Amino acid sequence: MRALLSRGGAVAPVFAVLLVLLVAIAVVNPNFIEPASLLAYLKRAAPLAILAVGQYFVIVSGEFDLSVGSLVTVQVVVAARLIDGDESATLPVIALLVALGLLIGLLNGLITTRLYVPSFVTTLGMLLVLSGAVFLWTGGAPRGSLSAAFRVPGRQGIEIPGFGQVPWSALILVAVAAGAVALMRSAWGHTLVATGDNDRATALAGVPVARVRTTAFVLSALAATLAAILLGGFAGVSAQVGEGLEFSAITAVVLGGVVLGGGRGSVLAALAGALVLEALFTLLNLLGVSGALESTVQGVIIIAAVAYAARRVGRTRRPPAVPDPSPQPA
Amino acid sequence: MKRSRMLATAAAGAVLLLAAACTSDVPPGGAAAPTGAPATSAPAAGSEFFDQAEHDRQLALRDQTAQGPADQPWMQMLEPEMRDTARYATQGPHHVCFSNASVDNPWRQVGWTTMQAEVDLHRDEIANFTALDAGASDDKQISDIQQLVGGDCDALIVSPNTTATLTPAVEAACGQVPVIVFDRGVDTDCPVTFIHPVGGYAFGATAAEFLAGEVGQGGKVLALRVLPGVDVLEHRWAAAERIFAARGVNVVGVEFTENDTATAKSIVSDYLQREGQINGIWMDDGTAGVAALEAFEDAGQPLPAISGEDQQQFLEKWQAEGLTAQAPTYPTFQWRTAVVAALQVLRGEQVPSEWILPQPTINGENLSQYLQPGLPPLHYALCGCQQMPDFPARWGA
Repeated sequence: MRALLSRGGAVAPVFAVLLVLLVAIAVVNPNFIEPASLLAYLKRAAPLAILAVGQYFVIVSGEFDLSVGSLVTVQVVVAARLIDGDESATLPVIALLVALGLLIGLLNGLITTRLYVPSFVTTLGMLLVLSGAVFLWTGGAPRGSLSAAFRVPGRQGIEIPGFGQVPWSALILVAVAAGAVALMRSAWGHTLVATGDNDRATALAGVPVARVRTTAFVLSALAATLAAILLGGFAGVSAQVGEGLEFSAITAVVLGGVVLGGGRGSVLAALAGALVLEALFTLLNLLGVSGALESTVQGVIIIAAVAYAARRVGRTRRPPAVPDPSPQPA
Repeated sequence: MKRSRMLATAAAGAVLLLAAACTSDVPPGGAAAPTGAPATSAPAAGSEFFDQAEHDRQLALRDQTAQGPADQPWMQMLEPEMRDTARYATQGPHHVCFSNASVDNPWRQVGWTTMQAEVDLHRDEIANFTALDAGASDDKQISDIQQLVGGDCDALIVSPNTTATLTPAVEAACGQVPVIVFDRGVDTDCPVTFIHPVGGYAFGATAAEFLAGEVGQGGKVLALRVLPGVDVLEHRWAAAERIFAARGVNVVGVEFTENDTATAKSIVSDYLQREGQINGIWMDDGTAGVAALEAFEDAGQPLPAISGEDQQQFLEKWQAEGLTAQAPTYPTFQWRTAVVAALQVLRGEQVPSEWILPQPTINGENLSQYLQPGLPPLHYALCGCQQMPDFPARWGA
């Protein structure tokens, strides 16, 4: 935690906010502090948290990925149609989903870095292409069904005697978090942050900036694939499953204090941002605040979070005359 | 609606931050208005979405016997007042036009497939069938209607996107071609006929009466709604709310799911955690029914009494688990009726000025009669399409 605090001014608040929210939930609903309830909360938050990790890679490198929500929808709908209740098709279809994720991430990355299309436009276009394609293919109503095996990671867990069930999704989330932290501590992680901070300087230093950014898009698309497997497992087939997830993921990353435009922020804080968002929804739900108000609250928070971060970061970043002291990544 | 909202949201993306707040409509009266356990007074009448006379009429219509062939419910009518259409009679074959609000949800998708199949049954009478999809945009549908009327349509079928906004466009069309309106209505009686099932009050009341009977006085019911502000959905809840209050059912929550299965499952999980147990689930739209039930399964709780809809995956779950369930319906077979009515008008045959279709309810006894295996999970059983050519392949089996 000390390391996190020292690492970037805007990192710490999200953990405090998370703690406050969890305490607030526990006050409203004392059952919440039981392990089973906390794990159920983690299970629900896992897909968004994984998406936030993926989105973090892209945002910290100075880009956006708006295509993840529709990619999740495509993956779930494709999985349902191809599996169609056939247990033996589960693994091949999962392999296919991963390949599809790789392909979409690669396309996003190559179009952005090689054709110089701003990632905002690339991934917005990809969002429309994917949602249009899925609509065309399904005619608005998904077909087929997921196998029981496909639904295990999102729905089931390991029974631990005397404790209860630990959901697979919570374990997967922990693994993803550990992997992301390791990655950000590696040399590649450092070049990723440096690319987002100042891509020209980084390129002059000999870093293959385009390749680093493309990899970030691929990681984001792979995170979306994992989120799709968990979400499809959690709640079954739906043509709405990914709707709005790109904005929730970006909200989560911003809440974590990661600067839009790149170069600053920690991956764990982005993940915590997703947990904050999910905790907030849980709290609003427990307080009986309607779903319609959730998006309003989400909008207010995201503006407040960015304003707060900008106020802290602005002074050091804006004046171009003063050489920007490059942050010490990770 | 989904795609246009995504586009709008995405386009607003430069201000990413605003996008998250773009659907900030607050439901009238707040979401959680739990009715106290032994409530005696019904909720105040006179809300924007409650019309006592229409409510009473629909509840009474449920007990009426429909006229017409019992094995063809899309041809049946309740309390029809027939009108003469001789002045519209023309020599065939005809050019029939259709202005569709959208095909953006599975219900409309099944309906649209059924309608096209119905047109194919009448290829001797319908030379051309021109359909324009407004993509859930009022503006697009207004210009669609103008475009169709400006063409050489002999009859125009309209499934309006919204009631008030489309009224002037429909009125303008009425002066030029016979107009047939179905599903949502318009605020004018210029169309030759308006086709619709009994209605939302009847739907909500049937579901609530069933649940009240199952959970008993003081039983806990969670109401799952799609979103606020849509009249047919508001009617369903308005009728249910009154019945729950009158029967002393403890409504522990009224939540909006936006038809997102993950949201629905999360909400139900939260309520199970908070309430310990829930005896019944009331839904104004059955799409998330299976997800709601899975929340009980995952929490290790007995499955509740539930009112869903005639959606395939729900019916399959019902049969597999032997649920205590009921499915009021808003039948997709009305899409057939629209084509039938257009042809009757063009032949100069009498049609009812308001064609009220029966609204069957699926229950434990007739479930097997409605459930047809092999159809896609989001198929709607009351399509009236089982005897049509290419069934079930055309419907996605």
